[in-house]
This record gives sequence, structure tokens and C-alpha cells, in this order.
Amino acid sequence: MHPALSVILLTTLLGVGQGLFLALYTGQLYSVARLLEHQDSQTFYAVGSALALAFLAAGLIASFFHLGHPERAWRSIACWRTSWLSREVIVLPLVMLLVFLYGLFHYLEWTTPLFTVAGTLPVDATLIIGALATLATFALFICTAMIYASIRFLQEWHSALTVINFTLLGGASGFMLAAAFSAFIGVHLVGFYATWAVILTLAALLTRGASLLRNHRLRPRSTLQSAIGVRHTTIRQIAQGAMGGSFNTREFFHHQPGRVIRMARAGFLVLVFPLPILLLGAAWGLSSEVLPLLAFLTQYLGLLIERWYFFVEARHPQNLYYQSIA
Amino acid sequence: MTQLALVIDLNVCVGCHACVTICKAWNTSGWAGPMTDQRPYDRDPTGTFFNRVQTFEVGTYPNTETVHFPKSCLHCEEPPCVPVCPTGASYKREEDGIVLVDYDKCIGCKYCSWACPYGAREIDEKQRVMKKCTLCVDRIYDQSLPEAERKPACVLACPTSARLFGDVHDPDSHVSVMIREEGGYPLMPEWGTKPANHYLPRRKTRLRIHEDELLRADNPLKKEGQLPAPSGDEQTLDDITSW
Amino acid sequence: MRDPAAQSDSETGRIEVKNTTCYMCACRCGIRVTLRDGEIRYIEGNPEHPLNKGVICAKGASGIMKQYSPGRLTKPLLRKRKASRGEGKFEEISWEQAYELLGKRLQKIRAEDPKKFALFTGRDQMQALTGLFAKQFGTPNYAAHGGFCSVNMAAGMIYTIGGSFWEFGGPDLERSKLFIMIGTAEDHHSNPMKIALSKFKRNGGRFISINPVRTGYAAIADEWIAIKPGTDGALLLALIHEIIHQGLYDREFLVRYSNAAELVNLDETSTEYGMFVRFEIPPEEGCFEPQNKLWWDRELDKPISTHTEGADPYLLGSFSLPDGTAVKPSFQLLKERVEEYTPEWAAGVTGIDADTIRRLAYEMGVTARDQKIELPIQWTDAWDKDHETVTGNPVSFHAMRGLAAHSNGFQTIRALSILMSILGTIDRPGGFRHKAPFPRPIPPCAKPPKGPGDVQPNTPLNGMPLGWPAEPDDLFVDDDGEAVRIDKAFSWEYPLAVHGLMHNVITNAWRGDPYRIDTLLLFMANMAWNSSMNTTKVREMLTDKDKNGDYKIPFLVVCDAYQSETVAFADLVLPDTTYLERHDVMSMLDRPISEFEGPVDSVRIPVLPPKGDSKPFQEVLIELGSRLGLPAFVTTEGKRKYRDYPDFIVNYETEPGSGIGFLAGWRGEAGEKFMRGAPNPRQWEMYAKNNCFYQYELPRSYQYMRNWNKGYLQWSRHHGLTRYAEPVNIHIYSEVLQKFRLSAQGRWDGRQPPDRLRKRIETHFDPLPFYHETLEAQLVDTQEFPLNAITQRPMAMYHSWDSQNAWLRQIHTHNYLFVSPRLGHANGFDDGDWVWVESPHGKVRCMCRFTEAVEPGTVWTWNAIGKAAGAWGLSPDANESSKGFLLNHVIAEELPPCEDGEHLSNSDPVTGQAAWYDVRVKVYKADKQEPKESSPQFKPLPLAPGMEKRRGRWQGYVAGMFRKKG
Ligand SMILES: Nc1nc2c(c(=O)[nH]1)N[C@H]1C(S)=C(S)[C@@H](COP(=O)(O)OP(=O)(O)OC[C@H]3O[C@@H](n4cnc5c(=O)[nH]c(N)nc54)[C@H](O)[C@@H]3O)O[C@H]1N2
Ligand SMILES: Nc1nc2c(c(=O)[nH]1)N[C@H]1C(S)=C(S)[C@@H](COP(=O)(O)OP(=O)(O)OC[C@H]3O[C@@H](n4cnc5c(=O)[nH]c(N)nc54)[C@H](O)[C@@H]3O)O[C@H]1N2
Ligand code: SF4
Ligand code: SF4
Ligand code: SF4
Ligand code: SF4
Ligand code: SF4
Ligand SMILES: [Mo]
Repeated sequence: MHPALSVILLTTLLGVGQGLFLALYTGQLYSVARLLEHQDSQTFYAVGSALALAFLAAGLIASFFHLGHPERAWRSIACWRTSWLSREVIVLPLVMLLVFLYGLFHYLEWTTPLFTVAGTLPVDATLIIGALATLATFALFICTAMIYASIRFLQEWHSALTVINFTLLGGASGFMLAAAFSAFIGVHLVGFYATWAVILTLAALLTRGASLLRNHRLRPRSTLQSAIGVRHTTIRQIAQGAMGGSFNTREFFHHQPGRVIRMARAGFLVLVFPLPILLLGAAWGLSSEVLPLLAFLTQYLGLLIERWYFFVEARHPQNLYYQSIA
Repeated sequence: MTQLALVIDLNVCVGCHACVTICKAWNTSGWAGPMTDQRPYDRDPTGTFFNRVQTFEVGTYPNTETVHFPKSCLHCEEPPCVPVCPTGASYKREEDGIVLVDYDKCIGCKYCSWACPYGAREIDEKQRVMKKCTLCVDRIYDQSLPEAERKPACVLACPTSARLFGDVHDPDSHVSVMIREEGGYPLMPEWGTKPANHYLPRRKTRLRIHEDELLRADNPLKKEGQLPAPSGDEQTLDDITSW
Repeated sequence: MRDPAAQSDSETGRIEVKNTTCYMCACRCGIRVTLRDGEIRYIEGNPEHPLNKGVICAKGASGIMKQYSPGRLTKPLLRKRKASRGEGKFEEISWEQAYELLGKRLQKIRAEDPKKFALFTGRDQMQALTGLFAKQFGTPNYAAHGGFCSVNMAAGMIYTIGGSFWEFGGPDLERSKLFIMIGTAEDHHSNPMKIALSKFKRNGGRFISINPVRTGYAAIADEWIAIKPGTDGALLLALIHEIIHQGLYDREFLVRYSNAAELVNLDETSTEYGMFVRFEIPPEEGCFEPQNKLWWDRELDKPISTHTEGADPYLLGSFSLPDGTAVKPSFQLLKERVEEYTPEWAAGVTGIDADTIRRLAYEMGVTARDQKIELPIQWTDAWDKDHETVTGNPVSFHAMRGLAAHSNGFQTIRALSILMSILGTIDRPGGFRHKAPFPRPIPPCAKPPKGPGDVQPNTPLNGMPLGWPAEPDDLFVDDDGEAVRIDKAFSWEYPLAVHGLMHNVITNAWRGDPYRIDTLLLFMANMAWNSSMNTTKVREMLTDKDKNGDYKIPFLVVCDAYQSETVAFADLVLPDTTYLERHDVMSMLDRPISEFEGPVDSVRIPVLPPKGDSKPFQEVLIELGSRLGLPAFVTTEGKRKYRDYPDFIVNYETEPGSGIGFLAGWRGEAGEKFMRGAPNPRQWEMYAKNNCFYQYELPRSYQYMRNWNKGYLQWSRHHGLTRYAEPVNIHIYSEVLQKFRLSAQGRWDGRQPPDRLRKRIETHFDPLPFYHETLEAQLVDTQEFPLNAITQRPMAMYHSWDSQNAWLRQIHTHNYLFVSPRLGHANGFDDGDWVWVESPHGKVRCMCRFTEAVEPGTVWTWNAIGKAAGAWGLSPDANESSKGFLLNHVIAEELPPCEDGEHLSNSDPVTGQAAWYDVRVKVYKADKQEPKESSPQFKPLPLAPGMEKRRGRWQGYVAGMFRKKG
């Protein structure tokens, strides 16, 4: 597939935003459970939410660049029954709304407990909104990933691993950002978030690795034989009926040499996984405030490449019809 | 339920591209147009077409078959391109199974094209909406056309009548009979998309000459007194027996 | 969106529907053009038309983009004073200025030496008018594209069976069972062939293609037989060998309808050596063959007048006439000729194994013999014998330039015609069928002028510019036996050059051999590109100057509708209309669109007004003819006779009162007559009403066996198609050729060839077909240049003229050299690599594409996709010029000097047919450092005045809105 920048940005930015929100809410849950110290609603949660919202909004904006007619984007909520894209379009604003409310409540410090569960856990509005937002965030991960995973012709994508990877990688990058954010504003959650970031990154390494392996082993379901319905071991295309290119050669081909693709794979495997972890380790060792940010940026850069590779790796069966010109 | 479709007979398609340009001509000024061209007189000209003819070679010299292969939207019975469309712009008509795009609703997200394993959809890069073969829906019901011409443009144009049009759900239709009797097949059946369009394979006519057909009582050489004798100077019993 | 099923296209805008005839190629299908608000909405096949029956092709359907192409010329142009030829710099002038300029010049030439005006036309369809103009002007220097196209096919067959493929006849696929297509990729009968082929296949017919390449039609063949280019003669002769050897020929057919049984004089001492023995009959005037030859009767065992009732002659054997003259039936000579041409021998030449050749022969012979067709049609033959039925042998052939475009093509095609004849398949159901005005006598009656005296100032030419020599004395040569025509047609170099040698005009005129000319008018011919061999050099010749600084070809006029490569070299450019903007006729005097069942002709009627100041060339000729006072165009008082072209078409008669004009339909004052009849002022209307064609269906009893069908022959004479109603017997043995041979041997009373050409004539004017390697292969180092390079026509492009078409150029925007992977691997290059194709005459750089559908010793490409930078209204970096290439640069227009002389055309020595496909090449990888673009490159052409500015990035054509948007 052709890796469109808008889609790469869209999926990675949303991932960061969603991950960051999850990190904030995880932090809040820990502190409600008194496993972590309490953070300031305004400076930490509200600002953090704003940051998450910014990423989500950036993702949303990026998505518009993918549309031929962004002014009609509203129409895309119509088919939520069947279309994961439609569902994403519905869930994304919902996530943004909930994250916004979550941030707003924190900002307005409407955090008076509404009731107490089991006598020990005070539940305030933010906790409820956060819970809803968490659900929505996971739903969004699923929707976004299912856009890709649901296309069964794209065998590289058509797998639960796609959903898991999107979720874990989004989570990892969000927690990574949370660590950087914590370091930046000087709260003591760097270690907490860094630990989770490392755990998520390692988990993602496993699942992303698994998908690489899976894709490596995939045998395309469709062949030239099934594409044109001729049974013979040797079939070659000579002409595709258009010599100056067509939508089919632009949208479904990456036109990248193998060398570049291999470099990209190595690149993202280094940038997404070991390097940020090392940087976090170094940050911990050096108690640096900038290294966590660097770790996040490194990982995000890696994710851009990862997403690029995600597209490049996917071989669309239509490509069988577009092999040669003459 | 009716399912209109094309049946394409690879046995007679000579790859002339008539169906390609007549489709463009009909549709660019029609309901589904324009079909925009990009860089029409410059380097790498490209544009929107609903139908393309491709060429494949099967086998190696000297046993090569050259297969011309026209391809347009197959109007799948389980069209994966339809449910993925977020806006409902892509739809399959209840009454005749034609899969269409409503340009007024399409947001140009290209998602449907990803969901088509056949590469049958093309975005119009200028209008930025998705386009595809309409099965000439704006011809086949047009009462102002004579009945015989209420057929897709490409079907009427095809010089070898390699393109047949009809209802593949009606077992008695010409297309159904051809599919049944001439070995019609769908493309990429492995995906369960159930393309309505079918293809008919190459069929070979062979001739078998039996050796004895070369020998005939009325061989004209007889009249010349020159019937081919058993070649040359082989011995006969007559030459060597003496009792 | 509107519901597409509930609306009608016809509700949008102002709709008009008009019929006319397509001219996106020479096939001439009937089309229906729908206009919306004056712009073309749709072009479709006309379902009422006999030729295409409603279908259309890729080109025809793209006529819209031809009409609105920015490559259109719209103004008469004069080369800028200071600009050099080839730069493409022009100023706009008015038509009046153009007429003045050209008229004066032509007036002067005509008064001094008419042959200094040369008119050559390319892929046009109006040779009746252009030929008339040339004849009236008085110049012999006229021809159309036939010489570089397929004259071998026309001549080879017409000199053998009195008709030909091309537009003049074809395979009866309706009834055929076995069809063999040789060397054809697309051909003139484009849509009808496709319609027929598919029907044929669906009816269970067996289709075999013999071709070095498997594309197009051959793709759907049941069997593809790959042959080495230029070797079909060997294959065909071996097939004849095998068919005779097995006795699979149609004896009765040969006896009665050919000269197979006629006795040939073999008395070496006789001046009649190699001629048929004749008995005396009172001499009759005419070009036909008198029926005064002899058979050897089996019963009586003595000679007998041919076609004697009850006689049954020997086809084989050797006899002595009472006076002791040794004679043999010509079939015996054929048998002896093919003795050495065994399948094993042919296998070595053609690359087809002997078993396959034998099997092919058996398939043909047994199908012809055992699947006889019998139709209950009574007819009477020319010898008054009544036949209850028409019978036929369902084996048919079609062949085109794969045979024609070789220097051995004439004899190869003779061999093919003879194969078709011995199988008994001439004008019979299931075999080959003629189309009116064929069959014609062998050869047809029209004759070229005979000598320089036939060209006189201010006088029409004495003779036809193009004709059919029947003997050496029909040649058009001076007292030294040298050419009078600029292209040397009908000289001893190319005696039967019945379509001229357009491909040598520029070279000859440049060299001044045989003389310098003044004005060269090219109509619809891209001679600075794809219709010239040795294109790079020819382009230089067009700009070459003599010592005085004058161009060697002083004045070049080009009439074209588009900015072709040739336009850039013109001194004067006449912008033509498109086919949708003019009146035109597909006349019986030219190449009509007849069907097997009878004559058909057709017209074009404009559906749109001319763009800009473009003007139909037809009108230009009428105007010039009137201004010059050419007799056919003025009254006896010298006044203009015809208002315009439509008026000319209606009122012109070949001779006053002849009743024969350009159109055969609705003649007579009220349109009650056909073929012959007084002019009908409402003729155009009547054509318009009848879908722009006129079709006459012969009575069934006249539809077959027309060479010998008394009824038909008389009908044909009566309606002015032919001069005589004599039977047209098949020339298995060609006396015409023998006469030339006799003359070369010094045994002919009349004209004799110059000494340098004696051997050439003697060799090639063999009365029986023979095989020889192509001339090029004989003269170049085939070790160094081991490969054959050929071209094919792509179905979606017409020659060079469709690159201006926005839709078609997306299908073929540049071309590759197709090569066998074996060849690539052996020479160290890979699929997609840049390679050089080098011949002894030049080289081009291009990209290659591997294919398994080619004979490994052959490389090929699509013809004329490559273009010169900036031409055709394309931007200078268009793929056509940057990646596309033209093979013509490596094809020489002249043979290397050899014992037959210097400066001989690279053509068939009999007919002058351009030997495009003889070229030998080698292919090697281009250096990594070399630019990744095709070579040679030429300086980009600027747009000409009056052309539209280059269009922008987007073009969304919608009829009725296109021009409004700008
Ligand atoms: N290598 C190679 N060369 C070949 C051949 C081959 O097979 N291989 N084939 C040869 C053969 S068979 C032929 S017939 C020739 C054809 O060669 P040409 O006769 O030169 O044909 P075109 O290239 O089509 O050029 C004809 C010109 O007509 C112009 N034209 C188109 N429509 C009109 C019109 O309506 N009016 C006027 N006035 N002009 C118009 C076009 O713009 C173009 O410039 O090519 C020959 N050249
Ligand atoms: N679409 C389209 N149609 C056209 C034209 C066009 O340009 N485009 N041009 C028109 C004109 S002017 C003409 S003359 C006709 C020509 O029509 P064709 O005769 O079909 O023309 P070519 O494409 O030259 O085809 C020649 C074929 O002969 C094969 N061949 C070459 N050498 C040999 C050989 O030695 N032996 C055998 N057996 N085969 C050989 C080639 O591989 C090729 O397939 O087409 C006409 N129709
Ligand atoms: S028009 Fe018919 S023959 Fe020509 S490419 Fe299309 S399907 Fe094939
Ligand atoms: S061919 Fe493609 S676009 Fe057409 S219905 Fe099937 S999936 Fe949809
Ligand atoms: S591109 Fe248009 S038709 Fe396709 S999925 Fe998107 S909105 Fe639907
Ligand atoms: S049915 Fe109509 S829209 Fe579809 S390919 Fe044919 S001409 Fe084009
Ligand atoms: S075959 Fe030639 S005449 Fe017929 S439609 Fe095509 S371009 Fe026109
Ligand atoms: Mo030609």
C-alpha cells in the first residue's frame, strides 16, 4: 500500500493522545487507590488532558488531509452499523469530548467525591468521566485498528495483532509522553510512567514482532492464477492498460526499493523499542528532565516509520493486476 | 432478485481496448462524469477509467498464450466495498444488484477502494470522489433509447462481442447459459465476494487428421497416373519369391 | 445525485444525432455522432452499417479527443522568412494568400515541366480525386501510400487471382472451417475482421496464426506457429509441395479455373519459350487473355483447345506437340518447382519443424477436400456450362504486411495465392471472396504512361499515373530504359510498382535522381517520421541546400490536420479539417467498402463546422484545379465548373455522359439508378438518409465464382466495373512475369532492361513462385546483425496520428522493444533495461520488455508510438519523445550498393514495396552512464500559430460544457 502521510500522522497522533489520556487516568486510579501520591488537578490532569486533546485534535486534522471532501466529513457517521471508519468517526469526537470534560472537571476542580465505594474509594465526577473516556479510548483503538484489520484482502493487516499493536504502541507512546510530561512539570511520576512505558513497549515489541513474523510467513491468498482465472504455473503480465500510471498504481504501491524498506524496518525496530527504553534508563540514572522527552520523541519518530512500514508491508491483491506496463 | 452483470469471453477478446475508450466516452459526458484526465498532453498522462484491458502471457515460448483481460467493477454479490463506506455513498442497488457510488455523498476517503480486491475503483483526482463502472445504469433503463441499445456502452461497442450483458440470477438468460455451458468463472473466488461478472475461458478447436484420410480412391494423382507409390524402391515379395 | 435509472441522457442540453463515416483509421466504419449543445457527446458504431454493424473500436470511440485535440492546425501557415526548414517557425496567412502562392507556382511548373510537381499522399482515402488532379495537372509524380504499405499484397494476388486481400477481398469466415492468418496484426478491415473472427471461433472454426509474434488476433488463435520473419515463402512452398505430393489439391477447380493444365512451351530455342502455347485466333483489342491455349487431353492423348466440352486434361506430365515442341502443363512445372521445397528444407529456413508443416498441409488439404460446402445456387460459367450448385472448400487465409513488407514478399504472396488456388478456395464459400470492383482482369486494364513524351506542358498526363503493366512495353521509361517518375516506379528497377514508391521520393528528389523537382505536396503523410525509412537522414535531406543555398527540394507543401513532425519542414502548411468536419466519399473509383455480396460505397457528411480556418483538402484541390484551369475542373470556356466538393462529387463524370462518377448509389436524375446513371442533384441527401452508404446486393447466383461467372462478369461490364466480360483465370503460372524474364534474357522483341538490371529481372520475374532470402539478408552481415526487427500495429493507435489523443495516449504513451528473455540473458540485459538496437544503417536507444510471445530471433515494437519532442501539441518532455522510439531510424531506404547497382530502393524488386521488416539488428545494453531517454532526440518543436496553447493539468471532458469552461 502507498503510505499516506496523513494516515500515518492520524494513527500515530491519535495513539499518543489516547495513550496519554490512559496514562493520566491510570495515574489517577493509582492515586485514588493510594498507591501513588495525589497530583494537582489543574497543573497535572487538566494540562495533561489538554495535551492529550491536542494530540487527538492533531490526529483529527491530519485525517482531513486524507479526505477528498473534508467539508462532507460529517456524512461519514452514517454507516456506523457496518463501517469501522464510520465508527471511528463517531468515537473519536466522543473520546475528545470525554477527555475534554475530564480535563475541564479537573481544571474546575470539580473533584468533590460524589460517593464512596466500599467505604474507602471516593468516587468523584472525574473518575466517572475518566472511566467512560477510558472505555471510549479503547473503543477508539479498536475502531482505528479495525479499519485496517477488517480488510481481509490485506492479509498483513487482517489480524487481531493489528488491534493489539495499535493499542500497545499507542499506549506505550502515551505513557512515554506522560513520563516526559511528568519530568517536564516536575512531578514525581516519571518513574511510574516510565515503568509502564517500558512494560508497554516491551509488550508491543512482542506483538509487533509477532506480526512481523506472521506477515513474513504469510502466503498471499490470491495469485495471478486466481486473479485472472488461468491455471498455469507461469503467468506474467505484459500490459496493464495504462502506461502513465493510474489510481491503482498510486494508491496501492509504495514504489520503494527493498533496501529502503529493510532500512525502515530496522529503523523502527530500533527507534520504537530499545532506544526509548535505553533513554528512559539513562534518564532514571541521570535524573534527567529532558531525556524522557527525547525518549518520547525517539519513539514517536520510530512510530511514524513503523506506520509507514505497516502500509508498505501490506500487499494488496489488486496489485496482481498492476505488475507491468508496455 | 435480479443481478445484472457482464460476462467476458476471453476466448474471443482480442484486446482492442474499444470497451475502454467507449466507456470513457459514454461516461465522461454522462451521469457518472466527468472522468478527469491529468496531464493529458504532458509527461505521464493519467486519468480515470472504469474499464481497462490488460495483457498477460501464459506459459513459455513456444507454448505461449497471450491473454487479453478486460476488467471493470465486477458488481460483487457480497461487495466488500459497500459496508466499509462510512457515508453510504457506495451502495448496491436492491433492484438489480448494480454497485454504485453517490458522488454527492462520497468524501473521497478511498476506503472502499482498499476493500476491493480487484482494483476496480478509481478515484477522480480532480473531483476527489470515488468512481467506478456503473454498468451503464444511465443507459440500460433509458426509455428514450431503442430497446436493443439499452445495454452498456462497452457491450455494444465490443467488436468481438466478447462482452455479454444480462441477469446472472435468471437461469435462462443468455449470460447464465454461457456461464454454465462454457465454463464461466469468477475472479479471486477465494475471498467470497461472489463477483457477479464472470469470465469465460479460452476454448481450443483442434483437428485430428487420421493417417488413412490421406489415402483416397479419388486421389487426383491417380488421374495423372501418378498415385504416390509406396515410397521408392523397397523390395516386394514379387521381387524375391520364385516358386 | 439524480437517480441514474430514472433520467435520460437525452434530456441534458440540445441533442442532435448525425451519421457519418469514421476515419480514425482506414476501415471506414459507419458511425453515429451525438452532439450536445454543438459538442460531441458520443460516437458509436452505426448499427445499420454493413461494415461494422454497430460496433466500434478504441480509436473510433476516441474520436472526441481527436476533434478537441490541442494538436490541431487551424491556420494556413507560411514558413517565416528567416526561419530554416525544420524549425517549425511559421506565420499565419490567409487562404487567398496560400492559393495565390501555390497557384502561381503550380501554374508555372505546369507550363514548363509538369513532372516537377510531385503529389504524394499517405494514409488517405481519396486517391480517386488526388489521382485525377495529378493526371489533369500532367504530372506522373503521384502516388499514395500503397508502395510503402502493402502493394506486394495487392500485386502478388491481383497478378495471380485477379483480386486481393487488403480492401479488395477476404476470407469467408462465415462458412470457413479452418482459417490461417499469416503476418497480420490489425489490418484495414479492422472491425469486420474482429466481428467475423469471433463468430468463426464460436461456430467451432479452427484458427491458426503464423506470425513471429503472438499479439492481437493471434492471441485468440487455437494454434500459434512462430515463424522467422521473411521466410513465409519457404513455408508456403513446402505446403504446396506436400499438398501436391499427397494429391490433396482440388483438381477439377484447377483444371477449369486456372491455367494449371495449360501447356507451356518449353522449346529453349523458341522466342515463345516459357509462354503458353496458343493457336491462332483473330486478334482482338484489349487487355484480357484470349482463350486460345491448349490442354493435353487424357482421353484423346493429344492437345486440345482449353475448356473444350468433355475434355479432361492432364495436369501433370510432359508432352510433345505434333510439331515436336516440348510442352508441359504449368502445374507440372509447379510440381517440379516445389520438388526441392520439402518440409525438411523449409524447417531449416523457417524454424518450424517439418512435422508441423506436414500437419498443416494435411489439415488444409483434408479440410478442403472432406468438408466441401454445397449451396443450392445455380450459376453459369464463362464457357456456358450450367452448374446446379455453388461448391466450396472451407479453408481460408488472410495475410497482410507480415508477408508484404519484405523484399521477397511478391513471390511469397504469389505462393500464398497459389496455395489458396490449389486448395480450390477462390471466390467460393468458405474460402477467399472478392469484393467489387474485383475480380478484375490479370492484370487490370489501366496502364501507366509509356515514356517521357507522355508528360507535356499544360496537358493532362497521357495514361494513368498508376497502372498495371502487363509486359515490358508497358513500362514507364525513357529510351535508355531509365525511370521517368521521380520514385522510379514502373522502371526496370521496380517494374510492377503499381502503387508507386512514395518511400523513395524524398531521397530521389534530394539527390536529383532521376531529376530535381520543384514542389512536393504531401497530403496526410508523415514523411518526416513514420512513413519514411532512414528517418534521421530523410529529415536532413529535407533541410539540405545546394551550392546556391537553395533547398534541394525547393518547395514543400504539407496538408495535415495536426502538427505532425512533417509539418515542421513545410514551406507552406494547409490545415485540413477532421473527418467530422468534411464531405468525403469512399468511392468505387478508389477503394470502396464493398462486401462479398456486392458493391458498397459510402460518404462522410460533416457533423461539425471546420475548426478555425481549416479547410478540407478536397476543396483545396477543386479550387486549385479550377484556378489552374485543369480540364476536368473547368468548362470548355475555361470557367470554374464546380461550386465546391459536394457539387463536384455529384456532377463529375469520368467522361462526359459516361454515367460513372464518384458515387455509385442513387444515380440518374431521380436517384433511380445505381453504378451508372446521370448525375443526381439530390445524391448527398439520399446517402444521408441511408446512413451514409449505398449497398447493392448482387443476385445470389452472381455472388460466387465471379472470376468465371458469366452472369456476374456481364453484370460487371454492364455496370462499368470492368471493361471486358472475359473469365479471369488464375495464373498459377505467370506469363506476365515470364515476359519480363524473356526480355531480361534478351529474347523479347520490345523493351529490354539496362544491362545492370538484367540479372535482377531474370531472377525475380520468375513465372513460378520461388524462395529467396530477403535482399537485406543477402547484403548485410547477418552474423553481426543476427536478429530480425519488426513492428506491429497496436489496435488502439493509428500510425503516428493518435498521440494527440488524450485517451489513446494513456494506453500507449511510449513503446518498448519486445525481446525474448533468452535473448536478453544471452546479451546481458534484463527486462526494463535501456538497450541499443543497431542495424547496419543506424541505431536507436530504447527500453526493452521481455516477452515469451516472440520467436527468439525476432525483436519487435509497436509502430510509431515514439514521437519527436514537441510535435502533436504534446509537451516536449512527453513520454512519446522521451521514452518512445521510432524503429524507422534503423531501416534503410536504399540497399547497400550491390551488383544490381547503387541507390536501389530497399524494396521488393518486382513491386517496389518497402521492405520494412527485412531489417537486421543486434541488441545490446546501453551504458549505465548514458541518459535514460530514447535516442535519437530532436530539438523540440514550438507550437505553430493558430494552435491552442498547451492545456493545463486537468481535463475533464463533458460535452456541452467543455469549451465553455475554456
Ligand atoms: N517501421 C514501420 N514504419 C511504417 C510501417 C510499419 O509497419 N513499420 N507501416 C507503414 C505503412 S503500411 C503505412 S500506411 C505508413 C503510414 O504512414 P503515413 O501515411 O505517414 O501515416 P500517419 O503516420 O498516420 O501520418 C498521416 C498524417 O495524416 C495526418 N492526418 C490525420 N488525419 C488527417 C486528416 O483528416 N487530414 C489530413 N490532411 N491529415 C490528417 C496525421 O496528422 C499524420 O501527420 O507507415 C509506414 N511506416
Ligand atoms: N489500429 C490500427 N489499425 C491499422 C493501422 C494502424 O496503424 N493502427 N494501420 C493500417 C494500415 S496503413 C495497414 S497497412 C494495416 C496493416 O495491418 P497489418 O498487416 O496487420 O500490419 P502490421 O501491424 O504491420 O502487422 C504485421 C504482422 O506481421 C508480422 N510479421 C512481420 N514479419 C513477418 C513475417 O515475415 N512473416 C509473418 N508470418 N509475419 C510477419 C508481425 O509480427 C505483425 O504481427 O493496418 C491498418 N490498420
Ligand atoms: S472491446 Fe471486446 S475485444 Fe476489445 S478489448 Fe474489450 S472485450 Fe476485448
Ligand atoms: S469489484 Fe470491487 S468495487 Fe466492484 S463490487 Fe466488487 S468489491 Fe466492489
Ligand atoms: S471514497 Fe467515497 S465511496 Fe469510497 S468509502 Fe469513502 S466515502 Fe465511500
Ligand atoms: S458497463 Fe458501462 S461503465 Fe461499466 S465498463 Fe462497460 S461501459 Fe464502462
Ligand atoms: S476500425 Fe477504424 S473506421 Fe472503424 S471505428 Fe475503428 S477507427 Fe473508426
Ligand atoms: Mo499501410
